[in-house]
Amino acid sequence: MKARVFVTLKNGILDPQGKAIEGALKSLDFKGIESVRQGKIFEIELAGADRAGAEHLLREACEKLLANQVVEDFQVEIL
Amino acid sequence: MKAAIILFPGSNREGDAFRAISAACGEPIIVWHGQTELPAGTDLVVLPGGFSYGDYLRCGAIAARAPIMEAVRDHAVRGGLVLGICNGLQILVESGLLPGVLMRNARMRFVCRMQHLKVERTDTPFTSQYEQGQVIKVAIAHGEGNYEADSETIARLEGAGRVAFRYCDSRGVVGGAANPNGSTNDIAGIYSENFNVLGLMPHPENLIDPLVGGTDGRGLFESLAAFGKAA
Repeated sequence: MKARVFVTLKNGILDPQGKAIEGALKSLDFKGIESVRQGKIFEIELAGADRAGAEHLLREACEKLLANQVVEDFQVEIL
Repeated sequence: MKAAIILFPGSNREGDAFRAISAACGEPIIVWHGQTELPAGTDLVVLPGGFSYGDYLRCGAIAARAPIMEAVRDHAVRGGLVLGICNGLQILVESGLLPGVLMRNARMRFVCRMQHLKVERTDTPFTSQYEQGQVIKVAIAHGEGNYEADSETIARLEGAGRVAFRYCDSRGVVGGAANPNGSTNDIAGIYSENFNVLGLMPHPENLIDPLVGGTDGRGLFESLAAFGKAA
């Protein structure tokens, strides 16, 4: 079984990397881009086929390590 | 003062911390992060600067979950002294021993330069040998030193006098261009609730010898030594 974990900065947290990327895209003349925020994706392979169990496990992994909940949100997607 | 310096893969300032502590407090012991216990009788734990785990995931995130950190947490809860410098501060906030987070510097650049700091209070184990409001010159070298926390946490820190050092200019004026990284309220270092844990981004351990630009960092280690003698 495969899963994806998305970790993104919470709203209102300054994201200087996203801002720099946004500036670069604008300077390349990509029209219509309003803002860019950068995050992380973790692609995770899991043993077994228990989807609910996998989701529970990955949420715990996010809380313990993958996300810093002071500034980051996470989302777990079982594929 | 019996000190233990924790060595993580990617730490690189443990030698500087070793020299500074040896000069003021006696020779420390280097402890590998995979250990689960601190040496018996440890008074002070130092988390040195560097790039533990190559700053992978988030600065300090993986080191904060190292086996030894359970023992460091117990030591702090018992009231033991903990000093986290630079990456050490990042590890302390990731481990929950200090609040907040260190974000990328607001101007996106790694800053490596001399920096003035204002000593906020002198009634702690780390600062008794400084003067209240003293301006000291130490080194900074970091890419993620922008201290952020929610407004409630900042108010709590300020209200309890838990800001240890603030970035300032050579005259002691805080804020503006003297802030190298966008840190909230110009915070360069903070204490735990009981003032036994100090984390700071600057490197006092590099300013202990006139040969390398000054001795303003000595006060911190001499304060620890004085605290050890009084205890």
